[in-house]
Amino acid sequence: MQTSTVFLVLVALSFVGFLVGRKRSHAVAAGVGGMHLLHSLPKHYGYMAALWAGLPALLLLVLWMAFEARVVHNLVVAELPAQVQQLHHSELGLYYNQIVSYATGSSDATLLDENQLSAAEHYRELMSNSGLMKALLVCLVAIIGALLAVQRVSPALRARNHVENIFKWILFTCSFIAVLTTLGIVLSVLFEALRFFQSIPVTDFLFGLQWSPQMAIRIDQVAASGSFGFVPLLVGTLLISMVAMVIAVPVGLMSAIYLSEYASRQFRAVTKPLLEILAGVPTVVYGFFAALTVAPFIRELGESMGLTVASESALAAGLVMGIMIIPFVLSLSDDIINAVPDSMREASLGMGATMSETIRKVLLPAALPGIVGGILLAVSRAIGETMIVVMAAGLSAKLTANPLEAVTTITVQIVTLLVGDQEFDSPKTLAAFALGLVLFFVTLLLNIVALYVVRKYREQYE
Amino acid sequence: MSKESFTNTAAIQASLKKRYAREKRFQWYGRLAVLTGFVFLFILLADIVGKGAPAFTQQYIKVTVEFDPDRLGVEPGASDEELRKADYLGVVKSSLRAMFPEASGRQEKRQLYRLISIGAEYDLRDYVLDNPELIGQTLDIWLLAHAEAGAYLKGQISRKIPEGDRRVKDIQMQWLDTLREQGRTESRFNTLFFTEGDSREPELAGIKAALYGSFFTLLVTFLLAFPIGVFAAVYLEEFAPRNRLTDLIEININNLAAVPSIVFGLLGLAVFINFFELPRSAPLVGGIVLSLMTLPTIIITSRASIQSVSPSIREAALGVGASPLQTVFHHVLPVAMPGILTGSIIGMAQALGESAPLLMIGMVAFIMDVPGGVTDPSTVLPVQIFLWADSPERGFTEKTSAAIMVLMGFLIVMNALAIYLRRRFELK
Repeated sequence: MQTSTVFLVLVALSFVGFLVGRKRSHAVAAGVGGMHLLHSLPKHYGYMAALWAGLPALLLLVLWMAFEARVVHNLVVAELPAQVQQLHHSELGLYYNQIVSYATGSSDATLLDENQLSAAEHYRELMSNSGLMKALLVCLVAIIGALLAVQRVSPALRARNHVENIFKWILFTCSFIAVLTTLGIVLSVLFEALRFFQSIPVTDFLFGLQWSPQMAIRIDQVAASGSFGFVPLLVGTLLISMVAMVIAVPVGLMSAIYLSEYASRQFRAVTKPLLEILAGVPTVVYGFFAALTVAPFIRELGESMGLTVASESALAAGLVMGIMIIPFVLSLSDDIINAVPDSMREASLGMGATMSETIRKVLLPAALPGIVGGILLAVSRAIGETMIVVMAAGLSAKLTANPLEAVTTITVQIVTLLVGDQEFDSPKTLAAFALGLVLFFVTLLLNIVALYVVRKYREQYE
Repeated sequence: MSKESFTNTAAIQASLKKRYAREKRFQWYGRLAVLTGFVFLFILLADIVGKGAPAFTQQYIKVTVEFDPDRLGVEPGASDEELRKADYLGVVKSSLRAMFPEASGRQEKRQLYRLISIGAEYDLRDYVLDNPELIGQTLDIWLLAHAEAGAYLKGQISRKIPEGDRRVKDIQMQWLDTLREQGRTESRFNTLFFTEGDSREPELAGIKAALYGSFFTLLVTFLLAFPIGVFAAVYLEEFAPRNRLTDLIEININNLAAVPSIVFGLLGLAVFINFFELPRSAPLVGGIVLSLMTLPTIIITSRASIQSVSPSIREAALGVGASPLQTVFHHVLPVAMPGILTGSIIGMAQALGESAPLLMIGMVAFIMDVPGGVTDPSTVLPVQIFLWADSPERGFTEKTSAAIMVLMGFLIVMNALAIYLRRRFELK
């Protein structure tokens, strides 16, 4: 049976549970002499029955869905002939995928051998059994849950408190998902990265000056050549981020100063949302803009001045990334400048300083920690930005500080290593997770420092 | 007053001019910065609109088609099955040859055939299937032009470019000019762009499959992120005890908001695809990943919105005997709802424009068919843009810009809705 059907049946069973629970509470109330003698309202008994019917069964359904594919996989593989099972992990995966796509009707039998045909039959049988069992078990659990709840209905049962407790647990679980997500990120990235470090030493990765993962296709070359050196990627990432900051910080900061200290209320009300449109533009749009408009423009400009400019120059990607980050710097600095108490402005102006002197000598020094924190957040955004650099930066890892050359970044390499059909176990794909691990921790560190600085700064004036 | 202070005043007087000039300069730096931001915004939008606008029209060429039964390989009165297998490409080619008998040699003929889109034969097939009585007749039919021929008709290709550097050759230009003089070319609104999936031919490529993919992905994202986000916000604002666990949750939410989106893609690949073996390229996985990504946004804005509900409402509800849970769900949440919806719409807009994590979980496939559910392989609008931007044909450049315009249109609508809700909320 389809999962969605099972789910709908489950919802229906829950609803029936609600009706039966409510009815039962009426019956019990009639037996003891009136509704007012029951602890809770009839609907609370109904809710209780519905929750008891729905929750455990839903949990079962989710678990079943999560593990169904793995269990069936193992069962089917166990039935295959020994020499097939001996195959390399990735070949076996391909072999198994052919079975599944034949069994589900998305490919025909022409490519398959005898064993695969029988395995496909086996697969189909297992899947239909699994579907049936899933449906039966889920219904059974739902009905037992509902019955247990209905049976407990009595004048003394504190159904409302019971239901509310369950709800509080549901609320807690929802907020705990954030922790689970972080845990999931750390574990999945760390796990694959550790497997990568089994074939490539950590020091080679962190301090190697050469990055050419293509060489890893030849197995004898993997560990021998230090082709997984991370330094060029880091340099490329920092170069592009620096170009971005050179654009975004002056423009964003000066705009924030002008809008908060000089501009009239109406001017600000119109200007700020317009500039914030830049923040809402999807990054893929910036990437397209960088690759097709800015990069050729910069190259032509450079060539007319007699410079050699790569067609995927770091300057183009960085410039466009800077444009993307302007509103980010703008709104962060705006908040921070506004948080400086007016008494400081007034004192300085009262002493006869001009507005610009007040800003430079009083406001900015006071706001500096906050602005630095904001800039760190912006840097972390720039380092983690993907689409712009995937579309507009180069692929070859060059160790250079010249923004007119093509460089590559951490995110570009993650995408190029993982997009397309690759076997999952090669150092090449695992390297992407090692890069992901570095990226996660670098941005995490930047964010923690930045948030700490910003918070300290806010506390100072609160 | 001493004599010194007078000289001091004079010095200050003397420096005033300089100071005021500096003040003026500083103000101009500020204006310049704001202006720079505007210029960037303007260039970006003008570039996209300028490149994308032509994609909304398409060129058609009126061809005199002879439905010759011999050439089609069918008899009049043939069954649908036979009609479906007939040789329509041959008919298109022979009709073109009949119109321009001067085309000689393989090379020229091939260029002649390239005036018409390869989709034309399927259009003809469908046309004949609807009107089988046409077999044996000759009539004028508007056929879709090839992307390059269309680009010339739209005036995008200049004759000044050396012939070797352009895909439309001189002889094709001559033919097209002749057709235009005879009134046999026409520009129409490009409906195919909205009714077709992806294609290798720019003139046949459309965004319908990507739109459906985006819809299914966002549906999953919303169904997961909205309830979980609101519930989490309710818990943290109303029920969470002040302890280490709560602190841990709060720190995690704040950090997740700043984790690069591509890392969520790695999570999706490692956990949902490799561990749980959910289908690759499916909106289901894409939606789950995006919901994890948008959760922090929804939680943070929902919390702010719940916080701003006046405590008197809570106290009144608790005072007449409502339980804390009833207070929240019956009284606090309805008041906070516009703010929560605003935050959720902004989160959804982020998710709609996001593409990096979806690349990781394989939603970059070439999808011609419109997906029918959350487990079908599909792509989404931003990824479609990414794929087209990579294609070398010039026809795809304008398609990319047009798709960007559609995407931005959706984003503007969503943000406008969010602003409208916020305004209404503020008036209360």
